[in-house]
Amino acid sequence: MSSLILQGVSYHYNGTKVIENLDLTVGKDEIVCLLGASGCGKTTTLKAIAGLVEAKHGSVFIDGKLVSDESTFIAPEHRNIGMMFQDYALFPHLSVANNIAFGLGKMSQSEKQQRVDEMLQLVHLSGCADRFPHQLSGGQQQRVAIARALAYKPSLLLLDEPFSNIDTQVRFELIADIRRIIKAQQVSAVFVTHSKEEAFAFSDTLAIMDRGSIAQQGTPEQLFAAPRSKVVAEFLGQGIYLSAEALTATEYKTPFGTVESDMQTSCYPCSGELYVRPHQIELVQECQSDKLSKRATILSRRFIGSAYVYKVVIAEQTLEVEAQYGQSFEINEQVIIKIKPHTVNFFES
Amino acid sequence: MTYKFKLSKWQLFAWSTGLVLSAPLFFLLFESLQGNSEVFTHLWDTVLWDYISNTVLLILGVCALSSVIALPLGWLTAYCNFPGKKHFEWALMLPLAMPTYIIAYVYTDLLDYAGPVQITLREWFGWQSPSDYWFFDIRTLPGAIVMIALVLYPYLFLIFKTALREQSFKLVQASQLMGLSPTKSFFKVSLVLSRGSIVAALALISMETMADFATVSYFAVSTLTTAVYDTWFGYYSLTAAAKISGVMLLLLFLALMAERFSRRNQAVFERQSGVNSEALYILKGKSAWLATAFCGTVLLVSFVIPIAVLLNYAITYFEKAWSAEFFNYAWQSLKVAGVVSVITIALGVFVVFYQRIATQSYPLVPGRLASTGYALPGTVLAIAVLLPLTLLESSINNVLEPYNLDIGLLLTGSVFTIVIAYVVRFYAIAHGAIESSFVRISPSLDMASQSMGKSQGQTLRLVHLPLLRRGLLTAALLVFIECMKELPAALLLRPFNFESLATHVFQYVSDEQLELASISALSIVIVGFIPLYFINRSMEQHT
Repeated sequence: MSSLILQGVSYHYNGTKVIENLDLTVGKDEIVCLLGASGCGKTTTLKAIAGLVEAKHGSVFIDGKLVSDESTFIAPEHRNIGMMFQDYALFPHLSVANNIAFGLGKMSQSEKQQRVDEMLQLVHLSGCADRFPHQLSGGQQQRVAIARALAYKPSLLLLDEPFSNIDTQVRFELIADIRRIIKAQQVSAVFVTHSKEEAFAFSDTLAIMDRGSIAQQGTPEQLFAAPRSKVVAEFLGQGIYLSAEALTATEYKTPFGTVESDMQTSCYPCSGELYVRPHQIELVQECQSDKLSKRATILSRRFIGSAYVYKVVIAEQTLEVEAQYGQSFEINEQVIIKIKPHTVNFFES
Repeated sequence: MTYKFKLSKWQLFAWSTGLVLSAPLFFLLFESLQGNSEVFTHLWDTVLWDYISNTVLLILGVCALSSVIALPLGWLTAYCNFPGKKHFEWALMLPLAMPTYIIAYVYTDLLDYAGPVQITLREWFGWQSPSDYWFFDIRTLPGAIVMIALVLYPYLFLIFKTALREQSFKLVQASQLMGLSPTKSFFKVSLVLSRGSIVAALALISMETMADFATVSYFAVSTLTTAVYDTWFGYYSLTAAAKISGVMLLLLFLALMAERFSRRNQAVFERQSGVNSEALYILKGKSAWLATAFCGTVLLVSFVIPIAVLLNYAITYFEKAWSAEFFNYAWQSLKVAGVVSVITIALGVFVVFYQRIATQSYPLVPGRLASTGYALPGTVLAIAVLLPLTLLESSINNVLEPYNLDIGLLLTGSVFTIVIAYVVRFYAIAHGAIESSFVRISPSLDMASQSMGKSQGQTLRLVHLPLLRRGLLTAALLVFIECMKELPAALLLRPFNFESLATHVFQYVSDEQLELASISALSIVIVGFIPLYFINRSMEQHT
């Protein structure tokens, strides 16, 4: 059974459509990431799931139970949801232990104590029970927040950009840590972010949001390899578009020569655009014999650690190409551009 | 479990509070527009125009004099460095703590024919009688203007100084590079840029001036405030008093409009970049000492002399002033102020909480309605509160009559009325203070609490109230102090067995015996320092 189902959910605020006809499914123990640019309605979707805003249309089911539709609205306090906030929202007047115990309803004191101890152990903060939030580091506060959100065994955990206030240095360690904790507790989660690196590292599946609805949902690999729309393609990688014609089921004609695809298309002959990512392009030293290939000129180069990224200009089009380690070109050098055979992303026009 | 409009109980409470606390104003408007009153017609035909012109002159005079005092002070402390500047910056606010009638009394005592100044002059020059020389009479309209301006100028000083601090120095520096002298750039740049704040401050000063009862009453200058008081105690005509109050409401409305109007462009002109902390001009030599002398003189006249005289009275007449009367009246004042603080805070918490959680339209309206009483001058407010209460009282008595029962003047003849009037008048203070501490609580705390299964009421109790504790204490303190100081409403509404510190002091001022109430007067001044401390602290956090 799915932990969460959203069907055709819409939410309008002051006449603007914030969420429009949104569908989303989260399987049992699955971590789904809502990924999208700021202002696309991610956080509002999260609030609609929690009941902090009231969806105007559509239905929300949590653990198979209807919590919101046109005639039903279950208040947030009765939805059994855990939520982690961007600013952690730890209660500054309560100690770590009391923060964690806040959501533990009708339990005896000893049961509460036991649950708090368990949670502290889970997040490796056993010695901090009596401290107050302001006495903790950012990462510690975050772990208290996750412990607090999980302490009362919610049906669903919602995370609203929880890593945006953490230094990049430790961010990915923390992401791995929090993922471990969530998986250990066997809880389904919806995670909101605008950073695809965080999304890749944290989630099982991605749901890319665009203008209030889900553009595509799938594993990171699926979305990266086969984006169904330009929005999805653009969001996941900084590639470029090349005008192209499908010549056969596996061959496309582009300004840079013919590109071979390792997947067959049924659409040919037809014209459109190819979305090519930097790692799919190759720069080759100019050689006199190859008179047919068009020449590109190196405009600039940027060192990114594992490789160089070259900016080249060809036929009045500028593009970025990642060259392998060890390959090196000079500014203004003439090179030949080749596109490696790959599973192409072709968008019909 | 499934509900859609659960908020209604908070909504109901907030709207009831708003409507009940604004009811006096609506009753007043209704009464002042209604029917005819012989007393009012009589006043209209005879003295009312004098009252109106006196009121307007008083307001204009106080605004003008306050500007002359406060604008240079604001400019000096915001832009210049000179000896003693740091101390003057806060000390120049102290006169705000001084009730006008105390300063008026002190100067009358000093400057009257029998006062030390004239006695000394007579000794020096050998004059024998009043006919030998001319000396100004302080108990006049100009005298009242000076007294009130000495107490109210800090509003303009404070607001103007802040406005200057928030303007970028670069503008002034640019104007100077383009050839303007510091004086010219003051008039052409700083003053123009802060005109919004200046008008707002003057509107505030006008409202306070209009509300002043004690000084004009003591100086026997007839204004609309004294007219309301006299009409009530002279003719017992609530309708006529309401009509005069209506005239005051009109003036008040003009002041409020000016304030609103001035705010229109404020956002555009001011707060362009951060806040300046360094001085722009470092005054040296003669000009530095001139600046210090100017600040010093204002402080001396507006604060040091009156407080010294009060202290002198208190020491000389200690035996008589440290009396059972003092403790009795202080206790009565404390009780009323305490009860009013608790009521306003309780109402304020719920109304502001409603604003926070409301999903219905117009969540801010109840709070606005409830805060209207603050703008009303004390005498007007007193009349406004009497209107619905007398109506309520007589309806209760009518209902009870067949049973031979009678509550008499249970409401209007007891402290109850004063408490209601104070709640109506000072609710706005509590509301403002609570609102500003509420917004500091991150909304995600509410969401966190709700997602963990707590209802809105539980969230208020478990999360908000503990976090608001300090803010509520401050709010209560501010209301408490205003209650201790409030005079005109208390004078008009107090039952015969009730005396607050303020009415007690004023009684002795009227009887020319302030010496005997000097300890009470000092306590009022000292209590008045507390809110200044808070204002100063919040300004410092601001800068």
